[in-house]
Parts: sequence; structure tokens; C-alpha cells
Amino acid sequence: MQLPDAEVLCADLVRRLRPEVTPETGMVGIHTGGEWLAQRLHRELGLAVPLGALDISFYRDDYRKSGLHKSVRASRIPFDVNARHLLLVDDVLFTGRTVRAAMNELFDYGRPESIRLAALVDRGERQLPICAQYVGTTLAVPKGKMLRLDRDASGRLTLRLDDA
Amino acid sequence: MRNPQLNDNGELQHLLTLEGLPREIIVRILDTASSFLGVTEREVKKVPLLRGVSVFNLFFENSTRTRTTFEIAAKRLSADVINLNISTSSTTKGETLLDTVDNLSAMHADMFVVRHAQSGAAHMMARHVASHLHVINAGDGRHAHPTQGLLDAYTIRHYKKDFTNLTVAIVGDILHSRVARSLIHVLNILGTPEVRVIAPQTLLPAGVEALGVKVFHDMRKGLAGADVIVMLRLQNERMRGPLLPSAQEFFKYYGLTQEKLALAKPDAIVMHPGPMNRGVEIDSSVADGAQSVILPQVTFGIAVRMAVMSMLGGQ
Repeated sequence: MQLPDAEVLCADLVRRLRPEVTPETGMVGIHTGGEWLAQRLHRELGLAVPLGALDISFYRDDYRKSGLHKSVRASRIPFDVNARHLLLVDDVLFTGRTVRAAMNELFDYGRPESIRLAALVDRGERQLPICAQYVGTTLAVPKGKMLRLDRDASGRLTLRLDDA
Repeated sequence: MRNPQLNDNGELQHLLTLEGLPREIIVRILDTASSFLGVTEREVKKVPLLRGVSVFNLFFENSTRTRTTFEIAAKRLSADVINLNISTSSTTKGETLLDTVDNLSAMHADMFVVRHAQSGAAHMMARHVASHLHVINAGDGRHAHPTQGLLDAYTIRHYKKDFTNLTVAIVGDILHSRVARSLIHVLNILGTPEVRVIAPQTLLPAGVEALGVKVFHDMRKGLAGADVIVMLRLQNERMRGPLLPSAQEFFKYYGLTQEKLALAKPDAIVMHPGPMNRGVEIDSSVADGAQSVILPQVTFGIAVRMAVMSMLGGQ
């Protein structure tokens, strides 16, 4: 199937986010694809607060079923989340379980004023009452397929469809 | 023979010894531990992984540091922790180890952390318990203390980055030391080219060279050029009969002083599993000196135990 150009979607997200952020906005990317996207958004929007990154492995709801993820990275939130407006960034929004885990983890750092969600692609089929405020595009992906973001050596972002 | 610590998928089911453990599993434990370190700096110093899991600390031998750090690790993973002080309980009334375990299993235990004076106690438990239960060896006799070996490896990796160019010197009571055995195994698995043991003949197990170490009786020669010095506690409580003239004499020949430390590399680190006997195996000025990483070892120990428990609890 024809996948949209991630660079075009990213540029569009930047345009739409620009009026919505302030110098005090705290941006947090979800490892790994969401973190790559967040790095781009953070730079292009010129945000003053350093970028945060979450690896949600310690908060996944399938831990008892599937065990701890093989390679866990440390989460890093280099700012005080208390009373701050946060912008959570992920590459693909799907069941909503990753976002729930990310929100649970964020609240262990403090009590944010608000959390909004930006995603490059919304592939629907939510299993939880979660929605994104900023979406690059919506796309129906066949069941059993995994839509992922890739980043090449030059930093260029592309979408890729894998067997799950 | 299948490694009794691994399940059919080759994943960790119990942690009994580091001997024979695949390198990938050890590296994964160390990597996971480093992700847990940051958890303690947050407002909520907990993650929800082991919510609803019951961890039983079974300490048939006294220990403050190990039991406490296991307890903290389990609590930071949101587990329920039950500490059993066995010296004041049923075993003194005649109950066997396996009967104790069966009774605790009937109380819906999920994980056992066990310390026992008998080598092999944790193995025996692991063979006995139902397949959904996990056993962590927190020290069995002279045999093994795998989480200590792992936290030692974590500490060395933290300060020295790479094992493949290191000289590590382990000094003191090797004979009674499960810490030394576990450390030697993990250093070998991680590719440390030179592991030295420094001790009088009476405090070395027979055939220690077979573990892949170089033996030194002269501490000055053994420390020359070392990157890492691990001092061991003199385990008087395990000594049967006189193995040493006196603690003062031991300190003279095998105690770590500033003057002897100067023989190692200038950036050498000094480790000790605790509890320390100041003035017996280590001089206070070294224990509290700039090259000592003895207190960071304790902090890393919590993260390493969190890593082990979280890898077991998800199987």
C-alpha cells in the first residue's frame, strides 16, 4: 500500500503546532519513533524547555503476559512537569495503550497542568478512550501489520509497514 | 544439561548463580538496571511492574544490607514484601526448608529471595517450587551471591566502561567468600582478561586457579597495575580453627592502606561488599577516600535487584 511521506506530515504538524505552543511548553517523545519525531518538532518549533523522552516499558499493561521489554532505555524528563502544559509526541497512534502508559509515567514525575497529544499517523482501532489533538494524517492499516517510523543516517523520516 | 535457572525459552526463571549464565542475560540485567537508576530521582520513586506480586524475603542467615536492598527494590517495583526472620520462627521448631516453602506458597507467594548458610539451598528450593514461582539466591553458604556479583559488575562497568582491558584484584578471605566466587564468574563471562586473587594460602580454596584467576600471596605484587580492587570482609564467623594469627597481623599483610593503594593504577577504584571491618581489611582513609566507590555500590545494588526481579516477574 502507498504510505504517506513522513516529511510532509511532519512539516504540516510543525505548522499546526506553532500557534499552540509557548516557550514554557514541555515536549515529551515516546521512545523510539515518537522520540525522533519529537526531536524534529522541538527543533523546528524552537522550544526553550529541553526535550524529554519516555521509555514506557516499566508501565506497559502487557508486562505480566509478555515480560519486560528486551532493551529498556532510561526515561529522561529534564524539566519540572508540575503545573506545566505538556505536549506528548508519538509516531503512530493505535490502540491507545502506549499513551495511557506514558501518561501514567508522566504523573510519577509530578502533576502537569495539561497533556496534549500529537501523532504523525492515527491508524484508528482504539481500545481506550484516548484521542490526539494534533494528527498528521489518519490511515487505515490492515490488521496484523505494524506501521513504524524510520530515521536514516541523514535524519530523514519515513514510514514503513511491517508484519507484526 | 539444561541450565536450571532458565525456562524453555532460555529466559531467566530463577537467579541461583552467575556460573554458566549466558552473557546476553547478564548484559541485559546490567542495561535494565541502569534504566531503573533514574526512578529514584522522581517525585514517585516507584514503577507499577510488580503490582499484586508477593515477594517473600527468607533470611536464614543475618543480613541487613542485602535484605534491606532487596526489600527496597521490591517496593520500588510496587510488590508486596513479606520479611521472614527465620531464626525466630518455625525452622527453630523443626520445620524443614521445603515445608516452610510449601506453606509460604500456600499463602500465594510469587517470588522468594533466600539466604541460607547451606550451599545449594536456593537450588533445592528452585527445583521444588511450582513452575510459576521464582527463586532468587541472596547468598548460599560459600557458594554464590549472584546479585552481589552483578552489582559489582555494574559498578565496574559504570566507572571503567569496558571489561576487556581490565585487571581486577580481589583481596582477602576468598575461602569463605561467595561474593568472590560470583564476581570471578561474572568477570570471566564479561571477558575480563586478568582477575587476580590476593590472600594467604589459608584463606584460598584448594584449586582456585581452576576458576581462571592468578594467585598472589604478596599483596604489593598483586596490586601492581590493578584497575579495580575488591576488598573482602574477613569472615570470622565462618572460620573453624585458627586460619590467621590475628586481625592486626592480617591488616599488616593484607589490609588496604593508602601506601599499598598507590601501587595500583592512579585511577583504580576500591570496592567492598560490606560490612567493612575498618582497620582489619581496609584502612579508614582508603574506605572514605576519593577512590572508594563502596557507597555507590549499595545504590547500584538496588537498581540491579530491581532489574533481576522485573525480569523474573514478567516470565
